[in-house]
Amino acid sequence: MLGTIGIERVDELFADVPADVRYPDLHLPPALAEMEASKHLASLAAQNISVREWPCFIGGGAYNHYAPSAVGHIMGQPQFYTAYTPYQPEVSQGTLQASFEFQSLVCDLLGLDVANDSVYDGASAVGEAVLMAQRLTRRERVVLAGSVHPQWRQVVQSYVAARDVAVATANVRNDGETLSEPRLLDLVDEHTACVVVQQPDVFGHVRDFNGLADAVHERGALLIITTADATSLGVLKTPGDWGADIATAEGQSLGLPLQFGGPWAGLMACKPEYVRQLPGRISGQTTDHEGRRGFVLTLQAREQHIRREKATSNICTSQTLLAIGITAYLSLMGPSGLREVARQSHAKAVYAADRIAALDGYRILTPRPFYNEFLIATPLLGPAMRHHLVGSKILGGVPFLHHEAGFENTLLLAFTEQNTRAEIDLLVAALAEVAA
Amino acid sequence: MGQNPADRRYTIEHEWIKVEGEHYIVGITAFAQDQLGDIVYIELPKVGDRVESGKTFGVIESVKTASDLYAPVSGEVVEVNSELVDQPQTVNDDPYSAGWMIKIRPEDSTSVERLLTAAQYSEQTGE
Amino acid sequence: MTAAERVAPATPLAPGQKVEPLLSELSRPGAPSHQLPALDVPPAEDWSSQLLRTELPLPELGELDTVRHFTHLAQRNFSIDSNFYPLGSCTMKYNPRVNEDVARLPGIAHIHPLQPDETVQGALRIMFEMQQLLADITGFAAATLQPAAGAQGELAGMLMMRAYHLDRGDTHRRKVLVPDSAHGTNPATAAMAGFVTVSIPSDGNGDIDLRKLEAELDDTVVGLMLTNPNTLGLFEKQLREVTAAVHRVGGLVYGDGANLNAILGVVKPAEMGFDCLHINVHKTFSTPHGSGGPGAGPVVVSKALEPFLPAPMVVQRADGSFALDFDRPKSIGRLKGFQGHFGILARGYTYIRMHGGEGLRRLSETAVLNANFLRALLKDDYDLAYDRSCMHEFVLSGRRQKTAYGVRTLDIAKRLLDFGIHPPTIYFPLIVDEAIMIEPTETESRATLEQFAAVMQQIAHECAETPDVVRESPRFQVVGRLDEVTAARKPILRWPRGNFGQSVT
Repeated sequence: MLGTIGIERVDELFADVPADVRYPDLHLPPALAEMEASKHLASLAAQNISVREWPCFIGGGAYNHYAPSAVGHIMGQPQFYTAYTPYQPEVSQGTLQASFEFQSLVCDLLGLDVANDSVYDGASAVGEAVLMAQRLTRRERVVLAGSVHPQWRQVVQSYVAARDVAVATANVRNDGETLSEPRLLDLVDEHTACVVVQQPDVFGHVRDFNGLADAVHERGALLIITTADATSLGVLKTPGDWGADIATAEGQSLGLPLQFGGPWAGLMACKPEYVRQLPGRISGQTTDHEGRRGFVLTLQAREQHIRREKATSNICTSQTLLAIGITAYLSLMGPSGLREVARQSHAKAVYAADRIAALDGYRILTPRPFYNEFLIATPLLGPAMRHHLVGSKILGGVPFLHHEAGFENTLLLAFTEQNTRAEIDLLVAALAEVAA
Repeated sequence: MGQNPADRRYTIEHEWIKVEGEHYIVGITAFAQDQLGDIVYIELPKVGDRVESGKTFGVIESVKTASDLYAPVSGEVVEVNSELVDQPQTVNDDPYSAGWMIKIRPEDSTSVERLLTAAQYSEQTGE
Repeated sequence: MTAAERVAPATPLAPGQKVEPLLSELSRPGAPSHQLPALDVPPAEDWSSQLLRTELPLPELGELDTVRHFTHLAQRNFSIDSNFYPLGSCTMKYNPRVNEDVARLPGIAHIHPLQPDETVQGALRIMFEMQQLLADITGFAAATLQPAAGAQGELAGMLMMRAYHLDRGDTHRRKVLVPDSAHGTNPATAAMAGFVTVSIPSDGNGDIDLRKLEAELDDTVVGLMLTNPNTLGLFEKQLREVTAAVHRVGGLVYGDGANLNAILGVVKPAEMGFDCLHINVHKTFSTPHGSGGPGAGPVVVSKALEPFLPAPMVVQRADGSFALDFDRPKSIGRLKGFQGHFGILARGYTYIRMHGGEGLRRLSETAVLNANFLRALLKDDYDLAYDRSCMHEFVLSGRRQKTAYGVRTLDIAKRLLDFGIHPPTIYFPLIVDEAIMIEPTETESRATLEQFAAVMQQIAHECAETPDVVRESPRFQVVGRLDEVTAARKPILRWPRGNFGQSVT
């Protein structure tokens, strides 16, 4: 090979690299053989408690729903996971058709007629939706409900930070008895691009958005509805039903492993008239020269590789493999399966709430109805509660609001179809120990 | 490539401007549509919008490119060729007539005289 | 039964070759869905009907038909596992299987991002060590693992540069310089971060034009976004002069790490004047591309930018334990719902640990050697965009084939499909006419490279002798060239609403 190239040593190929910094020392640990690496990683993995070992009541944007075994095997097909972006449609029909199917399912789940092939996650989907609303309305201000996931609100802040956009948040207050949220519409003015709400909200409350879309539209703004646990869409009214202009969701609940935070997939849909401002990849149906049905990446002129600084977003990848997993999950579950997941998750949460409400020192703060998650007032600080539950071998609850005034003694608990009655009784008993 | 009609003026951004009474009609040239290839989408301003000379007033897309449309003069949009929304290929088929884009009421009715003649434009595009 | 009455044999086409119906078309009402255990608590319907949806239009297939459908779809893809895939700028190297085993361990795959730190010490240790490994490989002070992909890494970098300038009271910087050979994500990111981009031309050697760069440098410059090796596969000859010039006016230099695979262990970007750099774990560190994603886009930064890294970071406490640190007052905030694509990072970590420093250097040398070998084999049949030795990839131009025979680069790409080869990246970088960008990676054998070169040479001859064969390709795929114009003019982006169990073609 060297002779063909016309050199004697490989390092001649690096002549353009400044000599004084060429071939630096790397301080990496010595290379491991595959067998050693396997063992090393297995030992590191064993230092984590998985949600398969202990009962898990943690939600807050990621949920321990069950994924049928076939989902992982479908995502594990090497001709999906070792392929790349379908730049050559003739040899990427598998990916492109799966993306088209995913888009169709997202449309039906969210009740809108156009969807993309996913963005990074539920949080960045809200960020992208807000930027999209700003382009569509040519307005800058953003109104966020305080009942939107706090970490998602932080992502929105990062996405709009560079534009010096005012973000108004309707902060939720906890008086120890109930939660109260100021009227969102009072924050909307003639500079407001969009109003962002979450369903079920971050406290698990299923909101009645009747009239909200009309009121937002009257003020010339757009309504964005986002969802953290997408299984709720198996029973609840869709964002489209509520009149949302753009809807987003975290797709993790639909068959994707928790993986300590990702990769998952952000779902994003909108009204058809806004498709040119929708970011991300989109697969479209067409035909070949012989009239055979096929699929291509379409509306690409929106994207960064063509529009460069005028693109709708800088996003370049989609979460296609995860989108394939979600598509497989929805196909395996069908309408009855997804509805059953939602009903069981809800029933387990109601069962737990009734028991926790009866304990001394506890109170259910989330108003009814809730879906599968609710906030409780606790006798100890949130982190201390959680630490106590670890002592009982329970992965229990999220204290991520504990640093906000009024929320120090709270814990967010989530339930899925995987939580057995025995597990819930164990949780209630462990909570009771603290009360006593 | 077809002749550039002599009854109108041109810009180096490949737009043509035809005077019709007190209004200017604006489109893109045969050269421009040929460079773009099959046009798939056109975004135009709304009636009543103000366009500003040298600033973008719309976007034209083919499958693999997107180009801004630049206003040749400043003025108010009085009419938009809404048929292009559903039939963008009209710009490919008939750029100088049915493929017109917007009609402007210019702020300065002499502004068109500063633009290129058909002969000057043809020279620019090397025809 | 007579012969005529017998069921016709299946078509000789493999299952993946037939038209595959959509899930909606395959749907059969009443097909068995996945079964949950019986509910073990009292049923509850604790809500009014006005909160509920009235229909749930999902397909019904059951497990076997679902698995078959996706198997058929998978068979309609080219992939690294089935085809040579020299897609320039994408580093389509083999994805080692052990990484997949690691990612599926329960202690990796099934841990919740909001678990108490004491229950995820192994995961936090992987992240902490990964931060250190990436910082060491690139020569920087610190790393964030949060960005989801390269483009989000770029956004993180731009927001940190913005925060750095503002923190110094430097409020008037607006201009981001981007070479004309850059990926489209660079200008798109700069725009997202609220900046104005200025394109800097390349010179006759494919390097950034230093004089034209200097003409744009002033105290309004946020910084320069630079890919090195650049998208032409060339190592910038005057890199230090370039970075020094930007620093002289108070600007910062952002590195697009798309092409890091060429220089692992060869040079540390921080030592050439970069202030931050994103890393594509799915390129350089072998994690699967997943039909277009997921990736992971960690960002490494200098000491000066460290305070602005996104929160949370993974830290090691005095007692040796690991924790997520949210207490970062100058941080640009959060870009992801949680702490990054851990499932991808764990694979990349495994890959780095299996290579060590020496192994990484060897892999980059092999990647560069393979690219130069292919370049030497192809330089007579195609025009070279720039005639100098390349890094891990190189760019050919199909201009000879276009001018002499009327065969476009797109046709050459489609003809490669007939030989079972995934085409290189085409029509990028934009500054090369009829560009063909080839990146073989280090994982391909000499025999594969020679075979690819032989096919490319044959196609070059076909362009001259039987150009229609090239122009009418591909001929052996499940579909021919598709009508992208109609797809964009009259977009069909979903199956017809509620149309289950019926074919729509």
